[in-house]
Amino acid sequence: MRTNEEMFNELDRFIEQECNCDEQELIAILHRAQEIFGYLPMVVQAHVARKLGINVSKVYGVVSFYSFFSMEPKGEYVISICMGTACFVRGSDKILERVEQILGIKNGQTTADGKFTITTLRCVGACGLAPVLQINDKTYGNITPEDVESIIAQY
Amino acid sequence: MLVNVKINNMEFQEDSSLTILQVAKKHGIRIPNLCYMMKEEVDLEHKPASCRVCVVEVKGRRNLVPACSTNVANGMEIYTHSERVRRERRTIVELLLSDHPHDCLTCGKCGNCELQDLSVELGIKKLYITGPMSQENVDVDEGSLRRNASKCILCGKCIAICDHVQSVGAISATNRGFGTKISLPHDCVNCGQCVQVCPTGALQQIDDTRTLEKILADPTKYAIVNTAPAVRVSLGEEFGMAPGTNVTGKMITALRMMGFKKVFDTNFAADLTIMEETTEFVSRLKSGKNLPLITSCCPGWISFVETQFPELLNLPSTCKSPQEMFGAIAKTYFAQKAGIDPKDMVVASLMPCIAKKQELKREEGMFDGMHGTDFAMSAKCVAKLMRRCGIDDLANLPDGQFDDPLGASTGAADIFGNSGGVMEAVVRTASLWMTGQVPKAVEYHGVFGAHNTREAYVSLGDDVKLHLCVVSGLANARKVLEDVKAGRVHYDAIEIMACPEGCINGGGQPINKLYEQKDVIAMRKEGLRNIDRNKAIRVSCENPQIKTLYADFLGEPNSEVAHKLLHTHYSNKQQTFEEETND
Repeated sequence: MRTNEEMFNELDRFIEQECNCDEQELIAILHRAQEIFGYLPMVVQAHVARKLGINVSKVYGVVSFYSFFSMEPKGEYVISICMGTACFVRGSDKILERVEQILGIKNGQTTADGKFTITTLRCVGACGLAPVLQINDKTYGNITPEDVESIIAQY
Repeated sequence: MLVNVKINNMEFQEDSSLTILQVAKKHGIRIPNLCYMMKEEVDLEHKPASCRVCVVEVKGRRNLVPACSTNVANGMEIYTHSERVRRERRTIVELLLSDHPHDCLTCGKCGNCELQDLSVELGIKKLYITGPMSQENVDVDEGSLRRNASKCILCGKCIAICDHVQSVGAISATNRGFGTKISLPHDCVNCGQCVQVCPTGALQQIDDTRTLEKILADPTKYAIVNTAPAVRVSLGEEFGMAPGTNVTGKMITALRMMGFKKVFDTNFAADLTIMEETTEFVSRLKSGKNLPLITSCCPGWISFVETQFPELLNLPSTCKSPQEMFGAIAKTYFAQKAGIDPKDMVVASLMPCIAKKQELKREEGMFDGMHGTDFAMSAKCVAKLMRRCGIDDLANLPDGQFDDPLGASTGAADIFGNSGGVMEAVVRTASLWMTGQVPKAVEYHGVFGAHNTREAYVSLGDDVKLHLCVVSGLANARKVLEDVKAGRVHYDAIEIMACPEGCINGGGQPINKLYEQKDVIAMRKEGLRNIDRNKAIRVSCENPQIKTLYADFLGEPNSEVAHKLLHTHYSNKQQTFEEETND
């Protein structure tokens, strides 16, 4: 586990060296911050705002607008089920139901041990593989509710 | 390019850079709107075209167009109030009302609400569109502001003024779609400019008039009041008088009728501020340290420097504001003289400002375990309370006089309400002390390319040449501060007022719908200048009651007693978020 200081240092390096402290890079910076911290609590938002010389309310406006950004801590593995049109017509709602059933939590929630979080998203651009499920960066395509258990068991 | 247009069958020749709304207005046709805002005094045009209330019919076009963001073009035939337009406009407002609580009777904005006025204007009698409400109808109090997201129509005027005019950026739109709402303020300075532009009851100032009513009726309390310079030229507007009308005497009578035991003048404390601040300024000039001295009368500006420029906290004068100096003197010097226990005293102030409500709570301003001021009432709120006490015809009240010993003031105090006034008052006293003469008016010239920013060179004797700056509006102040920080400019003193043009345009001032705001400001400004011109004494250090105060109580300016009661300090107030706060 990294210390807070290390995480903030990494974020600062990214903001200064790769983004030049440019306000225009806000979304890229928030993406990186969420990667580093796992979520975007107000302390992190305020830190980003001060670094860029903008008010924290502006940062908060962006964070609250995009569903990708989360202000709640997420589990170690985020299971995202695509609810885009192609995946949905090929039964991704059934996949979601099965994931919820196996983990015993609802969409948007995190398991008590902090291991899994379930989210849904709209279209990952892999409609040919519909229905699609992602666990962190790994994508599983053409899956059926029966496949879910063995996929989760890998983690 | 000049083009020919026809509006409601009248022909006009106008420039094609103008919008339909602007051309119509120029020719006396009022197109209703909720989200459009033109504030010439701060050079801000806000036209998100989001409310759609200003839609008009253009012959040959299938859809109605928003007048605020459609330019006129050659041969255009426009109908601003045709049957179709009126019908569509009514539907638009009905849709807005379908997601708006219907509690007008108990809403603080009732009678002053643009949405309510529009509903009446369009003859909406029945609300037949129903559906879920996007926000819960709850008031959330934060600082001096009361926010109710369910009353918000998302016009974005508050965000525009907070971002562009004040550069505070305390609020922004959050979430999206149906759930969009204006965020809780972060690092808000409580200037109240957002309250002044909100068309509905979504942003209001906290109204504590009911508490004050109880205090005024309590025989164990000794309630006194002091009145700020900028209110005496604006309060009359709430009672039908023109902006700038001097209602000092009538205001005094009204406050006595309401039950205040003594009516004193904040101007007295303004003269006192000048004594302390000029002394401080002269000593900083001599030492060459902590320059430029920046005025500290404005609590909005003080919050701004504490949250946005914590590295410059050595520059603001350590003088408390006149409101706070008044409270301290009232609860010590006056309480002793009158034989009253300061704990039984309630000190109220009548202010053009809502940031004053926060200033009085500052721990840094406490002395002997007490706060000086207990209540800061805005001009808007006090007018409500006056009506509640049976005062409706302010113009015909007899003129009263301020009470002794905190009621006398000089012309230098009156101009505190105008941007530039505090600086001029300092120059008058400093000049008299250093050269034995009072200069004619300080001649300012605008700073090229900067709004509401003025500079002046003033000579005090042969060796002292001062470079002064006067700036109002926090976005303008930010530019000056950045320049000072980077060493691009060198000033000896800067006056900063948070509200554009100073307290006469404060966040607690009456909202005047009969005039353009820039005219209201000009008339109030002239009103204060006139009071100054007609005063027998115009230099703070010659105020006889101030002389007595120093002789009997304080000793001399910046003495130990003066430091304890009249000076303060500042600290970094950037919000830290150690405690997680979610909106």
